[in-house]
This record gives sequence, C-alpha cells and structure tokens, in this order.
Amino acid sequence: MNNMKVLVNGILKENPVFALLLGMCPTLGTTSSALNGMAMGLATTFVLICSNVVISSLKSLIPDQVRIPAFIVVIATFVTVVQMCMEAYVPALYASLGLFIPLIVVNCIVLGRAEAFAAKNSIFPSLFDGIGIGLGFTFALTLLGAVRELFGTGNLFGFSFMPEEYGSLIFVLAPGAFIALGYLIAIINKLRKA
Amino acid sequence: MEYIIIFIAAVFVNNIVLAQFLGVCPFLGVSKKVGTAVGMSAAVMFVLTIATIVTFLIQKNILEPFGLDFMQTISYILVIAALVQMVEIVLKKVSPALYQALGVFLPLIATNCCILGVAILVIQKHYNLMESVVFAISTSIGSALALVIFAGIREQLAMSRIPEALKGTPIALITAGLLAMAFMGFSGIV
Amino acid sequence: MLLSLTIICVVAGTLLAWVNTMTEGPIALSKAAALEEAIKNVTPPFDNNPVAEAYTTESSDGSPLLIYPATQNGIPVGVAVETYTMNGFSGEIRLIVGFDTDGKIINYSILQHAETPGLGSKMMDWFKTDKNKQSIVGRSLASGNLKVAKDGGDVDAITASTITSRAFLEAVNRAYSVYAGTDASTGTTGVDGESGATEQVDGETGATETEEGGEL
Repeated sequence: MNNMKVLVNGILKENPVFALLLGMCPTLGTTSSALNGMAMGLATTFVLICSNVVISSLKSLIPDQVRIPAFIVVIATFVTVVQMCMEAYVPALYASLGLFIPLIVVNCIVLGRAEAFAAKNSIFPSLFDGIGIGLGFTFALTLLGAVRELFGTGNLFGFSFMPEEYGSLIFVLAPGAFIALGYLIAIINKLRKA
Repeated sequence: MEYIIIFIAAVFVNNIVLAQFLGVCPFLGVSKKVGTAVGMSAAVMFVLTIATIVTFLIQKNILEPFGLDFMQTISYILVIAALVQMVEIVLKKVSPALYQALGVFLPLIATNCCILGVAILVIQKHYNLMESVVFAISTSIGSALALVIFAGIREQLAMSRIPEALKGTPIALITAGLLAMAFMGFSGIV
Repeated sequence: MLLSLTIICVVAGTLLAWVNTMTEGPIALSKAAALEEAIKNVTPPFDNNPVAEAYTTESSDGSPLLIYPATQNGIPVGVAVETYTMNGFSGEIRLIVGFDTDGKIINYSILQHAETPGLGSKMMDWFKTDKNKQSIVGRSLASGNLKVAKDGGDVDAITASTITSRAFLEAVNRAYSVYAGTDASTGTTGVDGESGATEQVDGETGATETEEGGEL
C-alpha cells in the first residue's frame, strides 16, 4: 500500500467516526460549534501523528509484554504536551475544550492505531496513517460541529447565516449531539450504498 | 445534605453519559442486552470507585507536594491501567464467580474515558476525599442507570421495523438523544 | 522488560518537565493578560496597577474575595471585585464585577465558567445588554440585593436559564457585599495595611461612602 492510499483510506474508507465508530466521547462532547470540533480534531491529529511516528520507530526496542503500557506512556506524554501548549497559547480554546484534552489519552482511535498500524509498519506509512486518520477525525468533528452550530444557533464558524430565532437550541445541547450524529451516519450509510 | 446533592446531581442532572458524554463507547458498545449492560455497570462501579480514591491520594500526597502537576494525565492513566490488571488478578483468585461475571469487561474499562474523566473532575471540583468517593459512586450509578435503560430500549428496538439506513448505530444514537432529552427534565431539581 | 519501560517513563518525564518549564511563563502571562483585560473592561480608565495593589477581603459568608482598586492620579475611580458562585448549572462560575465610587455597577466580565453553550453561556453579554430589564449595568445594590424577576426581583433572567441567572446574581451580590464592607471599614478604621500607599486617598473614599450612608 503506498502512502497516498494510506492517507485517503484514513479520511474516507476507514473514517474513525463515520465508519469505525470510534472516539465517540470527544465527538459528541466537543462539537457544540464547528470551531471547537475542528480544534479538538487537530489536537487529536497532532497526538496521533506524534505517537504513530514514535511508536513505529521504537517498536523493535519495546518488549512485547509491556507493549501496551509503553504505548500509553508515549501517548500520555504527547497529550500533556498538547495540553500545556494550548493552555499557554490558545487559552480560550483550552477553556472551551476543557476536560476533553486530557481525555485524548483514552481515545480508542489513538491507542487503536498504535496497536493496529504503527506497531507493524515503518515510520513513513505510520506518519501518513496518522495524518489520514487524524484528518478524517477532524473532518467528522468539524462537520458535526457545523451541523449543530448551524441548526442550533444559525451561525457557522461564528458568522451569522440565519436569524438566531430560527435555530433550534436542542442541537447545541446534549440530546442534539446524539441525534445529529445519528442522522449524519444514516445519511452517509445511504450515500455509501447508492 | 452535601452528599445528597452530589448524588442527585451526578445521577440525574449531570448524568455522566447523557449530559457529559463520558463513557459513550461502552454505552453504545455493550448495550445490546440488559444482562451484559448490568455486568459492565458493575465492573465500572468497582473500578471507578477504587481508581478515584487511588488517584486522589496520589494527587494530594505525591503530585501536589512535589509540584509535579504536569505528570497528572500520565500517572493517572498508568495507575488506572495497572489497577484494572490488579483487580482482574485479585478477582480471579478471590472470587471466581465474580470474575466470571465481570472478567470480560475489565480490559475494556482501562480505555473507558469516564474513569479518567471522573478522576480528573474530582480534582477540578476541589472535592475532599469523602466527597470524591460519593461522587465516584453516584457517577457510576448514573452511568449504570443510563446503560440499563438504554439496553432495555435496544432490546425492544431489535424487534421493530426500522428504515434500512437507520439500522444499527444511527437509530441507537437517536434513541440515546431522546433519552438524553428525557434526562434534561431533571435539570433544576438541585 | 521492566528496564525498557522505566527508560520510557524517565524519558517521558524529562520531556514533560522541559515542556512544563517552557510553557509555564506563557501560561502565567496569558492568565495575567486576561485578568488585566477583564479589570480594564469593568473599571473606568485608571493609571495605577490594580493587580499589584490587590487585597483580599472576606465577604459576608466568610469567603475571601480579591479586590483590585483602580485609581487615576491617585484618586480612586472604582474597584473591580473578583467573585464567584458554586451554584451555576455546571458548577463554578468566576467573574469580575466593577463598581464606581458610588457603588454603581460599571460592567462585569466572566473569567471562567462551564455553563451550557447557547443557554447559560449567554450570561457573557445578557446582563449588559440594554433590553427590557436584563441589564445590571448602572444599577446600585445599596437598596438591596439583585434578584431575578421569578424570585420577586427586577432583573430579567436569561430565557430558559434561570439557574445560571440566579447563580450569576448571587456572585454579583457577593461582590457588592465585599465592596460595601471594605469601604465601610476604611471609613471607620482608616487604612488597612495593604493599601498603605494610597493613605490620604482612602480618607476621601470614606467620605463619599458616609455621604451615601446618609442617603440610606
């Protein structure tokens, strides 16, 4: 499989949210606006790329029995780096994503890719896999955030598209997250079959 | 009184799954049958309570006195992973029956974000040890409640006729949305 | 096996310690900048350094609040009070409220909250928007605490967010209790240690305060 194929595969065919249904907690929890969704996606992408690269280059040095704890330590390190950098340089975004930044550690996508791809492949494919899956995740989160923001408040990325009165607030609240994602997946299933 | 408020808030008003989106993966993953939902809930309650106590003590006795706050995420997740392993081993020795019931769920729990989430939340909310324990137990009861109700609905759903595209996850998510809406009715009672 | 895991942990720890020292400065700076910005927003123009002159006072229910005095050419023009409530819909809300020397609210600024976006989070602007009875800007609390209309007060609560509104007003009332308390104490006891530099000025504040006291 060449690198380009690995990249596209992550965005479309194996899209972590729409196809694999992984990482649901941040998907639902941080998409109250398109911008928040995108920021969360990019933060996860960064962790994913770094952990994929480091794990694929260290894989011969890590004994098999302690594989999982070692992966977790690597991932947690990068998560903490992201956390501290965001707090320092984009404090507003850090405040709105809150608890979900440290929780990238337990995002099944990151550990899943480390185990399923990076531990078996060399550095470059792992890098592209990280980028592909990360962008796929970012795309899904941004799309869901955009849908919820548009239907909920009438805005998109903070720009007003229709009067706020037309928005239905439920989309910004917790139930709207579940319902919007449910219909999005249904639409994608339909398109995929067609 | 304080404890009752924490309890009500964690179980109904700010339900960990339906309002805070923590632990959604097992919520969607193991909710096809009521039986497995109950097993998973019991395992979560067990690990969540122990993990919260241990991480709380680590935070107050090691991380904070030595100024190692930046090691919070990494140390918590290691402790939780180790704890899950230990619970598994101890349970196997001490109570094979319980191990039989909970065993398959234990490895899944290490990556259940509500464990790490609650461990961090009790620090953020400045709870003391007793409040943390109450919060941990109430949270797991809240997640158990959501999970068992949801599994009951899904058992019914499996027998209904559903449009082709909505089958499986989409209808589950929409059902979860309606359930979350029902739980919103509790807001304002504390 | 254990060795390699230990090495990974040590490397990870060292890396994090390094990033921590790198970001500590910027984090402190951005926090300080946010606080200064908030103080600027809620007080009249000033030329002193309110953060450096800040002091703590206990509110009526015994919680210590930070007060940032603002002075122009050595004359007090207002204070910013950092206040909080634990009763928001999602827990703690921290905000800063500015009062002028007559005890009227100049403005407020939310420092930290976890309220629902689209509902409770509207408090950012709601209570300073001049519409119906929702604005608290320019109001004086001397005649009593602020309450939402539902509780018999005269402030319009945020639509569908009465809990947030109540909590918000509770925090504002707490800020005022501290503001009123300190001025009264400076009026009677003269000067408290921390603001010793503005000694002669405090006397003036005391004077304006007693005037207002006479009105009551």
